[in-house]
Amino acid sequence: MNGQALIMKPIDNVAVALVPLKKESIVALGLHGEIVSIELKDDIEFGHKFAVKRIQQGQDVKKYGEVIGVASNDIDIGEHVHIHNVEGKRGRGDKFGRKQATHGL
Amino acid sequence: MISLAENKQLMGYRRPDGRIGIRNHVLILPTITCATQAAQRITELVDGTVTFIHQHGCAQVGVDYEQTFRTYAGMGKNPNVYGVVVLGLGCETHQARSVADDIRESGKPVEVISIQDHGGTLTAIAEGAKAAVKMVQEASMEPKVTFDFSELIIGTECGGSDACSGLSANPAVGAVSDKIVDRGGTAILAETTELIGAEHLLAERAVNDQVSKRVYEVIQAMENRAIRMGVDIRTGNPSPGNVKGGLSTLEEKSLGAATKAGTRALQELVNYAEQPTKKGLVWMDTPGHDIEQLTGMVAGGAQIVLFTSGRGTPTGSPIAPVIKISTNTMMYERMAENVDLNAGTIIEGKETVDEVGQRIMEEITQTCAGKKTKSEILKQHDFGIWRIGPTF
Repeated sequence: MNGQALIMKPIDNVAVALVPLKKESIVALGLHGEIVSIELKDDIEFGHKFAVKRIQQGQDVKKYGEVIGVASNDIDIGEHVHIHNVEGKRGRGDKFGRKQATHGL
Repeated sequence: MISLAENKQLMGYRRPDGRIGIRNHVLILPTITCATQAAQRITELVDGTVTFIHQHGCAQVGVDYEQTFRTYAGMGKNPNVYGVVVLGLGCETHQARSVADDIRESGKPVEVISIQDHGGTLTAIAEGAKAAVKMVQEASMEPKVTFDFSELIIGTECGGSDACSGLSANPAVGAVSDKIVDRGGTAILAETTELIGAEHLLAERAVNDQVSKRVYEVIQAMENRAIRMGVDIRTGNPSPGNVKGGLSTLEEKSLGAATKAGTRALQELVNYAEQPTKKGLVWMDTPGHDIEQLTGMVAGGAQIVLFTSGRGTPTGSPIAPVIKISTNTMMYERMAENVDLNAGTIIEGKETVDEVGQRIMEEITQTCAGKKTKSEILKQHDFGIWRIGPTF
């Protein structure tokens, strides 16, 4: 592992920053054995994610080749992908459970 | 291919039940919160003793009673413990005598002290300390014997995760998990909450349909607890620190956490604080809460725990060495007093996952030989029980 950012699996639509990255900088990433260049639309902190493909609202966000959540907004290539535009699908008692919080285990 | 260095003999203490301990503690075990202060006093008086603070042991019923009982007894039976002074008040639901009887099945020395029977705190402390003095001296004469990895139960855990956890330290622990399993030992995967979203990957590796079915059952039960409360699990997990570290959802955290489990078949799924009956990779059903998970694995017999962290954490156990592994170099340097090894070198391209795995194996060998972990040196004696019922 070496470089500015990493795409874990080819089907992923996000990459992870391995160093802090600046808005408007160009990041080179390996994908399918080729180098792709992405211009960042936000500052990306170390360990945070940015989109390497356009992700439409309601579309799955993929990392590790697996679903890590769903886009809550349209996300453009190079945008920061985090809690402001991704929601989890699991453990969503707020959506699918009892609306009223109850005490107990 | 097992190298000579890895196959070297480890050093430990053979207990009466045949299990191997890598530490030789005398445990002062309070079965009720009312006895924890007296237990603390005894450890201040007698070198070589350890204890833990908790708020349980009374007004508990049913499966919740059983789980707490199993946790106490498991701590006492853990082979890192030479002998146990069980300390009770007298009127609690978790009777010191019952816990002591359960621990005695392991064949190790056990004494019971009751504050009410001894007429108060001071006499109970004196009597407990006397029993402990005798045990500590006996323990100090225990010879060390050689053993190999097949007799180790290694707990694996991640806490204060960041986005590097799933790239560096967790895969390195996964490599170690495979090595331990290949040498006939046992590796415990736990924190069911933090496997939500990754369960299909583990279920695929289950040794049979029954284990695979149990994987989905425990995941569903955990997820349902959030759903029943009518909340988004993300309000508590991933935690604020996880989110700051770049983890956006529980699923993302889980997929990183699951890499700790390496690649071998999942042999068994055990309940919280239960001792595995199988060797190989075993899943223990615990919550993601670091201390409750750690306590469950140690009560289940883990002699040593590998704990990865991205944000940094002081966590330790009163009876099992916890080897802390940082996921990134910045945290390793910032919290060097708490962290034993750095896996951030993987992120920097300086080492491979397998090379870090190799270093962790060496650290396990040295820790068995007596090298103290940072959490042991800092007396980080954490203990927390996963309560599954209300207090009455």
